[in-house]
Amino acid sequence: MAAQDIKAEVMDAPAIDRALTRIAHEIVERAKGCQDVVLIGIRTRGIHLARRLADKIRRIEGTPVPLGIIDITLYRDDLRRRFDHPKLERTEIPFSLTDKRVILVDDVLFTGRTIRAALDGLMDLGRPRSIQLAVLVDRGHRELPIRADYVGRNVPTSLQESVKVWLHEEDGLEQVVILERPESLGKSRERP
Amino acid sequence: MTFPRKDILGTQDMDASEISSILDVTESFVEVSTREVKKVPTLRGKTIINLFYEPSTRTRTSFEIAGKRLSADVINISTSGSSVAKGESLKDTAMTLAAMAADVIVVRHPSSGAPHFLAGHVPCAVINGGDGTHEHPTQALLDLFTIRQRKGSLTGLRVGIIGDIAHSRVARSNIFAMRTLGMDVRVCGPASLLPLEIESLGVRAYTDLDTAIRDVDIIMVLRLQLERQEKGLIPSLREYSQLYGLNLKRLEQAKPDVLIMHPGPINRGVEMAPEVAEGRYSLILDQVANGVALRMALLYLLAGGPGL
Repeated sequence: MAAQDIKAEVMDAPAIDRALTRIAHEIVERAKGCQDVVLIGIRTRGIHLARRLADKIRRIEGTPVPLGIIDITLYRDDLRRRFDHPKLERTEIPFSLTDKRVILVDDVLFTGRTIRAALDGLMDLGRPRSIQLAVLVDRGHRELPIRADYVGRNVPTSLQESVKVWLHEEDGLEQVVILERPESLGKSRERP
Repeated sequence: MTFPRKDILGTQDMDASEISSILDVTESFVEVSTREVKKVPTLRGKTIINLFYEPSTRTRTSFEIAGKRLSADVINISTSGSSVAKGESLKDTAMTLAAMAADVIVVRHPSSGAPHFLAGHVPCAVINGGDGTHEHPTQALLDLFTIRQRKGSLTGLRVGIIGDIAHSRVARSNIFAMRTLGMDVRVCGPASLLPLEIESLGVRAYTDLDTAIRDVDIIMVLRLQLERQEKGLIPSLREYSQLYGLNLKRLEQAKPDVLIMHPGPINRGVEMAPEVAEGRYSLILDQVANGVALRMALLYLLAGGPGL
């Protein structure tokens, strides 16, 4: 992937951290603490963001927050349309979801189909008291009636662009960028 | 990665990375069977047909559960009471099912090569559920998954396969896959049940059980088909059991933490004593549980993504 593909940097490392700190405080504010709050990260980068949020909440409230991982591949609505089998990872939620306030965490909110799949997956695992959504970036262009409860940054984009979140756990750097090309149906998640 | 095959017919031509990928995908399906709602919508609307020309409980039920947990529609056809009893040929049966838009046909047949024949005549995916004395790939893959789950990795492990090697499709599929993955394989049984050229597959053959099981990490025991006695290949079940039956006393020759496997069903007291089957190093029930996850993985890979 060429450097010319990068159209703009939207967030740098400090901006990402501040946004997550704010989201952590918002979560705790709305829940009036963190009783029964659990964080579930989606796919790869959602997991790292969820882990960071859990860490921040623990530092704010002094209590650990349970953390889980959901893989939505088996619930996707586009498996037949892709060029490949997306890499199937494991769902790891070693605690009950019933009566919990679930906060789903993902990096970028776009069409909303990933979140729809995650909701179906969570419903098969239990009956949460509520499900809320926290995303680092909302880039618009929803195709389903889905909205985020906590947003790091709103980034208006065109359909000819894509938004990439790079995190040091996965990509070796911290940056949110807009790229000059549309999302593709089946490339693996690129690294810089 | 697109799954590169239309069918799963055997392990003989699978390379190491393909086997590893299948085992990796299986990991993700183990979790589904531990949920309260043991279902994912991935194969919703797909039709899977279990076409079994030989009796089976384990394999057929395992495929049925696997398909249903993927939300597919599963139909079981066993040949008694079907048009096969009226003389319909294998090819006609399969083409009839394909014309009804089956997505996957799982076939078990007493003739070696039957699934391969079928696969060439139908557009849908074909999975070999056991053909004659040739291959039983899903059993071998679930066996490998079970070993890897317990041991962490497969390369360099030493396995002893005990029993009627000559007539065992389970042994063959396991031997092919294990050799591909760099495992050390020994086979052991009475000379009348060991094929003459078996060492050409890269295994060591033994007729003495004590020697065969010394220093192995895993002992895989095969079911002795009781018909072998009738054909004169073994003098009696009792003699077989005395020389080749695995019991606690025999296990003193082996490593203290050796793992015990058996594809099932067990002839208790013939090839394996009940205390061994139920002992703490027995993986037999893990094999059964993992069989469902492995078959879900194969169904997902063959029918769950973009078509070829």
